[in-house]
Amino acid sequence: MQRNTIMAIVIVAIAIVAIGLIAWQLARPVGGELTIAGSTTVLPITQECARLYMEEVCPCTRISVSGGGSGTGIQQVGEGLIDIGAASRDLRSSELGQWPDLQPVAIGKDSVAIIVHPSNPIDDLTLEQISQIFAGDITNWIDFGGDDAPINLITREEGSGTRGIFEEKVMEPFGKEIAGEALVKTSNGEVRATIATDENSMAYLSLGYVDETVKAISIGGVEANVENVLSEDYPIVRTLWLITKGTPNTLAQSFIDFVLSDEGQQVVEDLGYIKVKVE
Amino acid sequence: MNEQRKEGIVKAFLWVTGLTSVFVLLSIIFYICVNGIGIISLEFLTSYPYRFEYGGIFPQIVGSLLLVTICLLFATPIGVGSGIYLAEYASDNILTKTIRFFVETLAGIPSIVIGLFGLAFLVHYLFGFSVLSGGLALGFMILPWTVRVSEEAIRAVPNSYREASLTLGATKWQTIWNVVLRSATPSIITGILLGLGKAIGETAIVLLTAGSGLEAFLPISIFDAVGSLPVYIFMLATQGHTSAAFDRTFGASLVLVTMFLIINLGALLLRNYLIKRQR
Amino acid sequence: MRRIKEKIIEKILLFSATSSILIVFFIIAFMFAEGWSAINLDFIFGLIWHPKTNEFGILPIIVSTIIVGVGAVLIALVIGIPCAIFLAEFAPNWVRNIIKPSVEMLVGIPSIVLGFFGLMLIVPFIRDNLGGRGECILAGWIILSIMTLPHVISISEDAIRAVPNSYREASLTLGATKWQTVRNITLPNAKSGILASLILGMGNAVGETMAVYMVIGNPNIPWIPTSILDSVRVLTSTIVMEYGYMEWGSPHQHALFAIGVVLFILVAIINLMARYAIKRGMIGR
Repeated sequence: MQRNTIMAIVIVAIAIVAIGLIAWQLARPVGGELTIAGSTTVLPITQECARLYMEEVCPCTRISVSGGGSGTGIQQVGEGLIDIGAASRDLRSSELGQWPDLQPVAIGKDSVAIIVHPSNPIDDLTLEQISQIFAGDITNWIDFGGDDAPINLITREEGSGTRGIFEEKVMEPFGKEIAGEALVKTSNGEVRATIATDENSMAYLSLGYVDETVKAISIGGVEANVENVLSEDYPIVRTLWLITKGTPNTLAQSFIDFVLSDEGQQVVEDLGYIKVKVE
Repeated sequence: MNEQRKEGIVKAFLWVTGLTSVFVLLSIIFYICVNGIGIISLEFLTSYPYRFEYGGIFPQIVGSLLLVTICLLFATPIGVGSGIYLAEYASDNILTKTIRFFVETLAGIPSIVIGLFGLAFLVHYLFGFSVLSGGLALGFMILPWTVRVSEEAIRAVPNSYREASLTLGATKWQTIWNVVLRSATPSIITGILLGLGKAIGETAIVLLTAGSGLEAFLPISIFDAVGSLPVYIFMLATQGHTSAAFDRTFGASLVLVTMFLIINLGALLLRNYLIKRQR
Repeated sequence: MRRIKEKIIEKILLFSATSSILIVFFIIAFMFAEGWSAINLDFIFGLIWHPKTNEFGILPIIVSTIIVGVGAVLIALVIGIPCAIFLAEFAPNWVRNIIKPSVEMLVGIPSIVLGFFGLMLIVPFIRDNLGGRGECILAGWIILSIMTLPHVISISEDAIRAVPNSYREASLTLGATKWQTVRNITLPNAKSGILASLILGMGNAVGETMAVYMVIGNPNIPWIPTSILDSVRVLTSTIVMEYGYMEWGSPHQHALFAIGVVLFILVAIINLMARYAIKRGMIGR
């Protein structure tokens, strides 16, 4: 008897859950869903714009924003797994060859800063010195007048747009490759968190991510800041992209328009990146 | 050294190691509690995350619960059904032995392998990053476990029960339903609860199949991406570098550990009740 | 009518049994299908893992995985087995009644929380006091041994308690002290259970993903470590690092699935060893 009651309760509970799930499916409002993934450099921009968009433009949309790196973003939008891919490097010809209908839209500009722990006395290095450090040719801070401590290198994973630009502008001109000992972190946030806790570490980081917990060193006397990037005195500049497969659907188009609007571009600037159009 | 003295030393050593290891384990829980309790508030539990490290974890809590619900809806019926069949209907031949071997081997399959399978099969070919993909992948993980605990629980029911029921003229299914399951249900539920505990804390699978963890919305359909507590903790723990991020990581860890401990406590109490009843 | 109902129910149960087997089988087959083409001698014994140039050798990763797994289990053995002996043989009942359930509650504690704990406390501690990068084999050992400890303690304690009391009494009557009894009578009889708990712990440690990924370092190019303060890559962390940017259908994707297959085979072998240990213990008794 008692067991029948329990059984009845269990069955009723399962039925309620099942009906709930079905009702949940049927009651799906028309707001639609948008998934964005890719470059962790672009991530703060898309996250903040998504929040504002959901708050102000269309409250019933659900925009899922995640990282993964530029390679992931291009990959997944090409495969149709997500609606918008974010990339912090230009599309490679191989990628365009695989998915010819990818449509990139520039939403801002950024640079890559070379960062160390704030307590590190080093302020300035040349591009060549940086390439030697990252190639593992120079392994001790003492060579630059720092403490006698090993240089702990941090790098990004191979799919990263930040790594792509860094290799193109810093390593390849000197014919070098990033050392095998460098530890791989898979997002800008992870790189910054690691540098902020390790006094002897060194890494490259999206300029938008640089804050008071890390120190950006200047390259050949040119400080890493927005003005120097704009005047092209600072050697690294890159465009940030949102990519759709073919013509974007209404929601994706509306979101991209929002990012390009004055409000969206203000977000880009506030977060430490550079607007796509400078008046 | 005389035996008495040696005995005393060994005894002291065992007391020390015994208490130390327990102390280490409990101190981790304590560490999470002390650091996490400060941020726990109704607002933290019911608001949405924004700008990466601010806001609350409401969608993550709901997401985790949704994922394990789908997981249980999938794994319980199939798992318990298979358990009953293997224990009551299948004859002991080479086929059932092979099946049992497979199930046991898979019970220990690394979660990342299931995650990779889920990424390729569920996400890439079928549903994209979604509640359904994540829930099913978690279901795959605990399915072998569910089959095993059900079969063991049913086999543990003494044969005399079955014989008595059959003698009274009950059919095979009536016997199973009224007699066998009646005495096996508590241990089946214990096993399923332990599986649930595993599923709710599982990170790798959910990371590869469900979503980025930072979703600031509730899913409206099971095909929507969904945030979850473990992935949220993973994101903030590796990428956060401010006290706001650490506070929230501790808070979310505390919530997750509490959920896990409640589930495990339920399983433990049920098992103790079972042992008492047997006496 | 009744007979038809019986038949239908049996068919439903048969269906669920078949489908769970098919699911299990399908997962294995799918992984092998995706990964098999990448598995060859160069893959297993190759020393260089460099996806950019399509070089996929996982020997350093396998070696690191085994080092990390074995070390973690050894620590769990040194700490966990005395604890199990203590709980089973020496602890007063009230102590045992508190400790045993609390340890059992922690079996399967979400590993992400342990990883976070390691990142906050253990990695900085190692970096500041022992040198190196902090994210290293030692940090992995500590986190994994904490993770496997509840398992090891709980299963070994059960194994020790399962030794019949008559054995102990016989030994005590003959004038042996309690420790002598434990050492000479109880432990040899519980040996296979304890061994099984350690092997199972190793299986868990090798398959663990997130906690290890967070504290192990993951160098750009994997290598065979020379010190316990070296950063290494293990099989699981390589998958987590690289699944994001693998191109579907490329050699890189097949290589990552092949790592999954290798991991699966490794853990399956470890679990089979544990099963064998348990079985032998049962026959021996």
